[in-house]
Amino acid sequence: MNPESFRFVPEQASSIAGEVDLLYFCLLGFSAVLILGIGGCILYFAVRYRRKPGEVPTPKPVHGALRLELIWTITPLVIALGLFGWGARIFIQEQTPPPDAMDVYVVGKQWMWKIQHPEGKREINELHLPLGKPVRLILTSMDVIHDFYVPAFRTKKDALPGTYTQEWFTPTKVGKYHFFCSQYCGTEHSKMIGWVYVMEPVRYAEWLASGTPDVPAAEAGAALFHTFACDTCHGQHGPTLAGLYRSNVKLSDGTVVFADDNYLRNSILQPSAQIAAGYTTVMPAYKGILSEEQVIQLIAYIKSLASAKRPESTEVKP
Amino acid sequence: MSATTAERVADYPPHPGTFVEEGYSLKSWLLTTDHKRIAILYLLAITFFFFLGGAAAVIFRLELMTPQADLVSNETYNKLFTIHGVIMVWFFLIPSIPAVLGNFLVPLMIGARDLAFPKLNLASWYIYMFSAALTIASIVLGGVDTGWTFYTPYSSMFSNSHVMLAVIGIFINGFSSILTGLNFIVTIHRMRAPGLTWSRLPLFIWSMYATSIVFVLATPVLAITLTMVGIERVFHIGIFDPSIGGDPLLFQHLFWFYSHPAVYIMILPAMGVVSELISCFSRRRPFGYSFIALSSVAIAVLGFLVWGHHLFVSGQSMYGGLVFSLLSYLVAIPSAIKVFNWTATLHRGSIAWDTPMLYALGFIGLFTIGGLTGLLLAALGIDVHVHDTYFVIAHFHYIMVGGAVMAYLGGIHYWWPKMSGKLYPEWWGRFSALIIFVGFNLTFFPQFILGYLGMPRRYHEYPPEFQIYHVMSTAGASILAVGYVLPLCYLLWSLKYGKPAGSNPWQATGLEWQTHSPPKTHNFDVTPVVTDEAYTYVEGKEQFVG
Repeated sequence: MNPESFRFVPEQASSIAGEVDLLYFCLLGFSAVLILGIGGCILYFAVRYRRKPGEVPTPKPVHGALRLELIWTITPLVIALGLFGWGARIFIQEQTPPPDAMDVYVVGKQWMWKIQHPEGKREINELHLPLGKPVRLILTSMDVIHDFYVPAFRTKKDALPGTYTQEWFTPTKVGKYHFFCSQYCGTEHSKMIGWVYVMEPVRYAEWLASGTPDVPAAEAGAALFHTFACDTCHGQHGPTLAGLYRSNVKLSDGTVVFADDNYLRNSILQPSAQIAAGYTTVMPAYKGILSEEQVIQLIAYIKSLASAKRPESTEVKP
Repeated sequence: MSATTAERVADYPPHPGTFVEEGYSLKSWLLTTDHKRIAILYLLAITFFFFLGGAAAVIFRLELMTPQADLVSNETYNKLFTIHGVIMVWFFLIPSIPAVLGNFLVPLMIGARDLAFPKLNLASWYIYMFSAALTIASIVLGGVDTGWTFYTPYSSMFSNSHVMLAVIGIFINGFSSILTGLNFIVTIHRMRAPGLTWSRLPLFIWSMYATSIVFVLATPVLAITLTMVGIERVFHIGIFDPSIGGDPLLFQHLFWFYSHPAVYIMILPAMGVVSELISCFSRRRPFGYSFIALSSVAIAVLGFLVWGHHLFVSGQSMYGGLVFSLLSYLVAIPSAIKVFNWTATLHRGSIAWDTPMLYALGFIGLFTIGGLTGLLLAALGIDVHVHDTYFVIAHFHYIMVGGAVMAYLGGIHYWWPKMSGKLYPEWWGRFSALIIFVGFNLTFFPQFILGYLGMPRRYHEYPPEFQIYHVMSTAGASILAVGYVLPLCYLLWSLKYGKPAGSNPWQATGLEWQTHSPPKTHNFDVTPVVTDEAYTYVEGKEQFVG
């Protein structure tokens, strides 16, 4: 134990951390004023109006004061609404990744984190990131619910089995920071921790290039696309995948859905659930056939086709 | 509240003995339908569970003194915090004030002879004991490691512990709550003494009424949810596990639809007790009686609409998060109203520093801290950081222990003379209250800091930089443990050696004080007639001393 142990706030290492801390300290200040105020009143009254020994209690009868009641109902209400708005503003920011964020796939399983970079680099319980670049983590789990939490970034999100969730941040300080699984996941829950390394972009590029050369996720996906004979239909008489990612897709029941990561995932694993307009379900379900990593690679491949022009573009705003 | 006795003829033959003298055999206790005796049965049971759940906490707090694992294995650690949570929530906190104090006092406070359904009341206790036996069995056979929240798919598909037995135990336990709630609702509606209108009801009765509504409406949802966990676990029918077609978040929505109102099941009765204590020991009618009463109802209603604030980081939609955050801020308002009114009641009162009052004042302070840190958690931007950390642990212990347990102990001390007919030693009472207050703060305040630093909950091992605050917390827990054992000792001591209490040692106004201590089996010699509002503490007014 050293003086460093007496910290009150973790390091601020993301663009949002300062804003979260500011709200936190303002709320603490507000709480302190109220607690000291109420506590002070209680103590003062308890001493000032203390019943002396032998005294016959003769308190003044109470008449409720409507004005006072209204003041201490409406004032807290207004303050509460203000606090809600402030917290909500930060939250909306936290929930809305910028479009140019770098996607990193994170898969939780009992009891480890498997991480895959778009360039193909894979890590376990470690996450290397470049400084100053927005990062979007796409999270999923292979078994129970986990949660990817980086205190220095002031953010976390559950990793759910069977779907993708996302979490984003911009690292703003070079260093080594803890990440934790913060959703209880069984026996070795407390061992499901690791380190985030935030590096200068140059060092990050060096790190990416180090070790055995990696196949970028999109290339691995392209190979899978061929291996599983997806190209028999897609690109021929099946729905084209070029420009699909983040476009609006019209379904056979007339609804329009936004083709995000979860849409791609579901369409690979359970194609019959959402059928693109004008097509029938001939595609087999790949649920139980593809591993989470293979799905990620296929999605990376489909994303790499996103820049291509979509033939019959349905430009509906999401 | 006063009872005029002169013009009333006895409604039933006067009974010679107190409820204790009714019979000393085991059979006379186990087959009783007297609400007061059933309250004592509950008191014995929940005291046992309080110390059992507390013992689990002592062991894992000792484990957490050091960052590495040394005292228990990770499996044992996980089972310990699960046992602690399950026992404290369902077998101590939820039944504590309603089943013990509520059972004893609701009929006495409204001038009735018993609850509306005395046999059902006894059945509630047996259901509770049967469910407790199943839960104890699950512990003895090897324990449960899911946490008290039973999150799926871990609980339904992955855990290798005795989940089914525990889930069945809690399922059955719920029916005990529902029947007690039903009994109170009917009793409060139908059995009030002549003249005891709704606006004259003691605030404790209002809070019991609000609590009972939550019991009846929320508990069935828990039963349904746990049944679905059982179905998935035993028959592998996909409800929550996506690998067999389920939705893991569905469980969290259902679970918290019950468990958030359950928080109010624990705190509303505590607020009721504190309203009684503050009034009696400052000798004033509570400031803003109707605001305190109606805020209980507002809390009960709004409490059903905030469950989604447990899911801010779960993948719930952003708009869902925004709505639940807003509603969570709204539910804070009625609690704030109560705190302001209690404080205003003290102003120009005649304040006695007796043990129950020390607990009540402690309650206001600790509950305020718990409530204000709730505002921090309801702030979406902060919750994303501190969700599932020790900050949450500290927050809800300030509400559950600093709030509910303090009020429960305050209530036990306040009504102990009524229940036992004996006075407890006042010096020891004050001393223990102080020890508990100090121990509690030392245990849980450092956990706020731990949480903001990022220490996740339910961690068996942790990085060494968190150690200093864990050491403080464990030190506090040791003090707290002493504070809880002391009342057990001196209250038991007082049963034999305590001074006779007389019927109204506090010179309080409630109907429960206008009959003998301990009360006779039929509570009142004649049915009281109420002619005044509650809490008419006025100069020179005579209190019943019979």
